[in-house]
Amino acid sequence: MVKEVERAGIPVVHVCTVTPISMTVGANRIVPAIAIPHPLGNPALDKAEEKELRRRIVEKALNALTTEVDGQTIFE
Amino acid sequence: MAKLKVVHYINQFFAQIGGEEKADYPVELRVGEVVGPGMALTANFKDDAEIIATIVCGDSYFNENLEKAKAEILGMVKEQAPDVFIAGPAFNAGRYGVACGTIAAAVQEELGIPSLTGMYVENPGADMFKNQVYMISTKNSAAGMRDAVSKMAPLAVKLGKGEAIGASAEEGYMPNGVRVNFFEKERGSQRAVKMLLKKLAGKPFVTEFPMPDFDRVDPNPAVKDLAHAKIALVTSGGIVPKGNPDHIESSSASHYGEYDIAGVMDLTEETYETAHGGYDPVYANEDSDRVLPVDVLRDMEKEGIIGELHHLFYTTTGNGTAVASSKAFAAEFSAKLKADGVDAVILTST
Repeated sequence: MVKEVERAGIPVVHVCTVTPISMTVGANRIVPAIAIPHPLGNPALDKAEEKELRRRIVEKALNALTTEVDGQTIFE
Repeated sequence: MAKLKVVHYINQFFAQIGGEEKADYPVELRVGEVVGPGMALTANFKDDAEIIATIVCGDSYFNENLEKAKAEILGMVKEQAPDVFIAGPAFNAGRYGVACGTIAAAVQEELGIPSLTGMYVENPGADMFKNQVYMISTKNSAAGMRDAVSKMAPLAVKLGKGEAIGASAEEGYMPNGVRVNFFEKERGSQRAVKMLLKKLAGKPFVTEFPMPDFDRVDPNPAVKDLAHAKIALVTSGGIVPKGNPDHIESSSASHYGEYDIAGVMDLTEETYETAHGGYDPVYANEDSDRVLPVDVLRDMEKEGIIGELHHLFYTTTGNGTAVASSKAFAAEFSAKLKADGVDAVILTST
């Protein structure tokens, strides 16, 4: 799906936990996530901390979208 | 001759420990035990080989603790010192396929023990590892177990004995880029004309030189002005309004959903859930923002960091869903996103 969005001319960032899969699939902008069942969260944290964590990942994703890339790039 | 010693790797599901709720099951060594698919392999080994130990590991545990899990498993395999190592088969289970490919490649490379695995050609683990270890091409579900083990067992025996391995088409493994010279009975011109005649007659024929499939898309230019950009959310994590009104399948999805989140500030347990059957749904059902970060993007919209969050999001379950289907879904909704003036997409996967 990532590739089709890109093909349509829309910059896209893939937020996922298993980044090697994203590389194989062909995403160009990749942001690592927390865990498979909760990529943008961590139930072990309290609500406020968890939201802060999520915000940091979304900020990374937006940073990836505003960064020019040459090829496949993982934004650690 | 003594039987070849085999160590077999399987996931929590095939060890009958549990499904997604047990996917974080840590690595476990069972010496002297033949578990699940190991039984079918054993039947196919006849008197040539036997499983001396089974290693079980949850799919999420492996993928989320890659280096640790790999080191633990390598240690166990080293201790058992088998003649051959078998992982899977994983069919179309993505994380299991990646785990099987990773560990089979590591055992072969780091311990020098011949290894093989098996999975469906669309499993992401296939492209990642088919050139590193022998990988039997299986059907896309465990219904293909009998067929899979009937190919894996003889290949394992050959590998263990150090016998010559035949071409991919004969042994049933995925082509791995290795070429071997041999003489054909007929010369090239005759074979080409025969192929052409079959093609003209509409009959099936097998090409001798399949074209490589490099499907890569160049990255689009970056977003210039985030503060005025329209951002859309897309997910393969199956987030849907509570009750899954469009009945998106928990696996092998036949369609995607388009949902309006105008005025929605936060995804709650009462309003949203996941339809995905390929991961433990507890956390996403409790708070779907953990997969689709609507709450955070609303805050950023308010703070003027982004222009706006697009009022529609697109979702499907990326669980065993065919590549061709996902491609078709995304081609369709990407055209809508483009028409709606969306500047960038955040796509989340579980």
